[in-house]
Amino acid sequence: MRFRLTDDQAALRAGVRELLERRFGRQALRAAVDAPGRLDRVLWRALGEAGFFALRLPERDGGVGLGLPEAVLVFEEAGRALLPGPLLATHLAAGTVPGAASGETVVAAVDGELVEWLDAADAVRGDASGAVALRSVDPLTPLHRVTAPPGAAAVPRGPIAVPPGPEAVPTGPVAAPPDAVSVPSGPVAVPPDPVAAPPDPVAVLLTAAEQLGTAGRVCELAVEHARARQQFGRPIGAFQAVQHLCADLLVRAETARAAVYAAAVTADPADIAAARLLADEAAVQGARDCLQVHGGMGFTWEADVHLHLKRAWVRARRGGGSAHGAELLAAALAG
Amino acid sequence: MDLSYAPEEEEFRARLREWLAEVLPTLPGKPSPDDWPGRRAYDLGWQRMLYDAGYAGVHWDASPTLRLIFLEETEKAGAPYVGANFVGLLHAGPTIAAEGTPGQRARWLPPILRGEQVWCQGFSEPDAGSDLASLRTRARRDGDDYVVTGSKIWTSHAEVADWCELLVRTDPAAPRHRGITWLAMPMDAEGVTVRPLRTLAGSPEFAEVFLDEVRVPVANRVGEENDGWRVTQVTLSFERGTAFVGEVVACRRVLRELARTAREDGRWGEPELRRRLGRLDAEFRALWRLTQWNVSEAEASGGVPGAGGSVFKLRYSHARQELYEAAAEVLGPDCLDLDRPWVLDRLSSLSYTIAAGTSQIQRTIVAERILGLPRGR
Ligand SMILES: Cc1cc2nc3c(=O)[nH]c(=O)nc-3n(C[C@H](O)[C@H](O)[C@H](O)COP(=O)(O)OP(=O)(O)OC[C@H]3O[C@@H](n4cnc5c(N)ncnc54)[C@H](O)[C@@H]3O)c2cc1C
Repeated sequence: MRFRLTDDQAALRAGVRELLERRFGRQALRAAVDAPGRLDRVLWRALGEAGFFALRLPERDGGVGLGLPEAVLVFEEAGRALLPGPLLATHLAAGTVPGAASGETVVAAVDGELVEWLDAADAVRGDASGAVALRSVDPLTPLHRVTAPPGAAAVPRGPIAVPPGPEAVPTGPVAAPPDAVSVPSGPVAVPPDPVAAPPDPVAVLLTAAEQLGTAGRVCELAVEHARARQQFGRPIGAFQAVQHLCADLLVRAETARAAVYAAAVTADPADIAAARLLADEAAVQGARDCLQVHGGMGFTWEADVHLHLKRAWVRARRGGGSAHGAELLAAALAG
Repeated sequence: MDLSYAPEEEEFRARLREWLAEVLPTLPGKPSPDDWPGRRAYDLGWQRMLYDAGYAGVHWDASPTLRLIFLEETEKAGAPYVGANFVGLLHAGPTIAAEGTPGQRARWLPPILRGEQVWCQGFSEPDAGSDLASLRTRARRDGDDYVVTGSKIWTSHAEVADWCELLVRTDPAAPRHRGITWLAMPMDAEGVTVRPLRTLAGSPEFAEVFLDEVRVPVANRVGEENDGWRVTQVTLSFERGTAFVGEVVACRRVLRELARTAREDGRWGEPELRRRLGRLDAEFRALWRLTQWNVSEAEASGGVPGAGGSVFKLRYSHARQELYEAAAEVLGPDCLDLDRPWVLDRLSSLSYTIAAGTSQIQRTIVAERILGLPRGR
């Protein structure tokens, strides 16, 4: 048993972190916050080139040929960096929707009653007809609400619609204006993956990985702030009440980490459900505690803490929230 | 990331399983919690069986992974817990092994392994709990002896112990951490008085130990004089790092029993109760994985239990209390009946956030030693 990162995995993680810091640093993050709904196609293609979407496709299909543990590490980094866009839907569409793997095609997916990034997508999996835009709580995740009850609408069959070709994607360093990415007639509908009965365990696991990224990051942010901010003539991190908030942040993140990584290795649906529950808690409660440690600064638009909390809320709603996982585990217990 | 075990580890597991299946049915019945001589005999008898089968030293000389397998399999099979051997096997023994002279190791370790002697831990005092370094039990040098006077409290198994790992103050003038010495004190020495204390669960699990001019030979000192604090840190890291692993397995078994009971009682239709148990299952699955992660880390770092122990203990002690809160909900009105299963366990679980370093102290350790926050006062 060697339940730790291999050298290759550690290198992959470091590489992705470096890439995201370079391509999506703090400035780019805040620029994205200031332009809600706009997806940076250049960055998206760079992610595609880096293998973000093709990661788990077999090499003979032009993929990177890596497994779930590697995908989890990559999504953890994406979560940590607050990387915007329908990463999960596009990653899951790689190999099914043409252009998804390379980052040419942006794919959104109907998830229960919600769709992330519908307007920016070239293709959508599931039936998003009649979807209504929400004023999303998360400035980095545009959301639509599907009014029809999930599963009620017939899944469109037939040949997969060809998504817009590369000519629809602007080239050059300038990010695409919003109208260039939203196809007037709405995104092309493609059928959902027939083997992925909702909630797809892989989607659940990668969501947990993103939450883990948030959990780790908010712990770091809290600790950094607790070291730097002085009150009563000392760093607030010397006060036990603050220390203990930080300690709980770490405990939740590290417990979730063990659960998420193990679930990536076993790919067992019950392990995945458990990982999701732990990671949701670590991200949502972690972001809240981080906010508390930041005091008034934590309540501002300027600090990044709220971005983590809001994204954690969005992810926590995926797959209909946490009830399904708890039920799955309960059923396994009683079985 | 690899969760599979090596062939020789799987062999170890298979042999252990086979042996457990063979010997467990031959064990005598469990003594009642109030029957201390009976408990001592039972726990030592089990240790002797482990010794004869070659498993006695698994806590000391086996790799962290083999230890994990040992704890997992013994717990799954329902084998006895370390019980009265706890301090000998998990505190005093490892400390003597790490810090003792060859003569001390030869004298004290074999009787622990063979299940012949029980050790207890005399660290806490009435005025020195979380602030252990403020301990005041005084040891004055007199020829080849230390003469020890003071009192210890919360000493588990003191009534049936042969030896006590004792922390004493040898230099009252030195800074508090530098005047402490670690001694092995025979419990039958003149001047030792044990007064049992009843826990809230009703049984006398621990005791007060009064020491009145007790003569302890200097030869019983482990480590240098006034170096006892460092010696103690070895012991405490063992305690936090490795002592609770097998119990995660036990918790998962309890959880399955709770689910079965809820179903038999027709309560499985209550979504809140069902999901509460489901969430607890997630919790213990995660704790098991955290254990495997910590063991892999220990394996990579040469077997030293790391700071991960505090992270684990914090989460585990809380989770286990939650488990018995859920049990109380499953039991309904029966949760007030001491004769029902889990009711005593619920009471015992109240100590988990206190013993071996309170949760508050653990959080401070995590904050200052792992996260590197500035030291508070
Ligand atoms: C079942 C059981 C078995 C035990 N067995 C043994 C044994 O065999 N040998 C032995 O030596 N000891 C043993 N102990 C003692 C145990 O180690 C102590 O109880 C523990 O260290 C706490 O000390 P205390 O009881 O004096 O509480 P205190 O230290 O008085 O703590 C009281 C409260 O104050 C809080 N507190 C104290 N200091 C701080 C601080 N700096 N910051 C924040 N909060 C603080 C604590 O968290 C706690 O909530 C046992 C205890 C129990 C419950």
